[in-house]
Amino acid sequence: MADFNFELVSPERLLLSERVSEVVLPATEGEMTVMANHAPVMTTIKPGIVSVKAVDGKVTRYVVFGGFADILPTGCTLLAESAVPVSEVDARLIEKRIDATKSELDDGSHSDEHKTRLESFLAELTQLNEIVVAA
Amino acid sequence: MPSLKDLKNRIASVKATQKITKAMKMVAAAKLRRAQEAAEAARPYSQRMSAVLSNIAQAVGSDDSAPRLMTGNGQNQTHLLVVCTAERGLCGGFNSQIARFARDHVRKLLAEGKTVKIICVGKKGFDILRREFASLIIDRVDLREVKKIGFENADQIGKKVISLFEKNEFDVCTLFYSEFKSVISQVPTALQLIPAAVPAGAEQTDAAAAIYEYEPDAGEILNDLIPRNISVQVFRALLENVAGEMGAKMSAMDNATRNAGEMINKLTLSYNRQRQAQITKELIEIISGAEAL
Repeated sequence: MADFNFELVSPERLLLSERVSEVVLPATEGEMTVMANHAPVMTTIKPGIVSVKAVDGKVTRYVVFGGFADILPTGCTLLAESAVPVSEVDARLIEKRIDATKSELDDGSHSDEHKTRLESFLAELTQLNEIVVAA
Repeated sequence: MPSLKDLKNRIASVKATQKITKAMKMVAAAKLRRAQEAAEAARPYSQRMSAVLSNIAQAVGSDDSAPRLMTGNGQNQTHLLVVCTAERGLCGGFNSQIARFARDHVRKLLAEGKTVKIICVGKKGFDILRREFASLIIDRVDLREVKKIGFENADQIGKKVISLFEKNEFDVCTLFYSEFKSVISQVPTALQLIPAAVPAGAEQTDAAAAIYEYEPDAGEILNDLIPRNISVQVFRALLENVAGEMGAKMSAMDNATRNAGEMINKLTLSYNRQRQAQITKELIEIISGAEAL
């Protein structure tokens, strides 16, 4: 199967840069699978799980908290706000984020638009938390 | 003229100081290496970010759908200054350099009749700016407890700035930090955050020329990207600052160690001289005593 270059970058460092055959991204408008020769797309990412299928068929899964992806026929770059391999995820980490978002929401000094964004972010986080706890 | 005992004490104390400065220099050198690595590791993200940003900005063009964070609110009255300095001193002129740079800027703005608000990141800058502009400082961020600066720290500052902007607390936001040129040279720099200066399509690779599909549409991605970009800029500034602080500390402590060495040499010389004088004096006394018999 054709492979392509996938890069997972967080603000702190370059997490992953290798040839892969398939990547599943939690895009804002639904999950999408990226394979080689994908049409150029730029999309935002919601909190969720990215699974990367390496050339040898090994699947690695990462938890990401938002970001965006830059997809080209020759490669895919995922700029994630924070990314952790699922096996290393601490449920407390997500809970901490949920609490932070909640308290920001309770602050009540934000515009409506900002509030909606926070609320959907909170919903996504909660959902993610359930997935991770179950795993 | 200090006595022999005084000199001896003096030498001992300078030696102790030298040991401390030497240790501090080595610690700073180790931290500098780590800070440089962190700055290096953060580079891919900010590079990609600016490439993508210029890409989208071109796609969106300058029509009305461009977010306010990018175009600004059309005014230029209230300025917000985010001044990033170190938490600790003993690093030469590092902190005062940034503070002086920011102060000149504030004075200039005030002379033009603008309103100025300041957010201080780091204790040292706050201490310096407080003397003159205590009433202008609206907030300070304390990173003293933070061992290694993570993206969350920068993100918090970025969010703070954005929420202030949404409340129309200011029109223009400028970030002050020290750019890390080399171990001996850090240049205080001002970077305009809001309205965001978008890198004007510098990297026109064939990748950038590709026709993208946007999901959701370009405007919305831009809305999401700009706040993120602000946090990234702050993060980069903080990392540069840490590297600069450590570099400045290293050279300051190196100087201190060398000065201490010189001082020890001088003191040892006068100690020996005085000891010799005393011996001679005693000998003269004994000899003249013997002669008198």
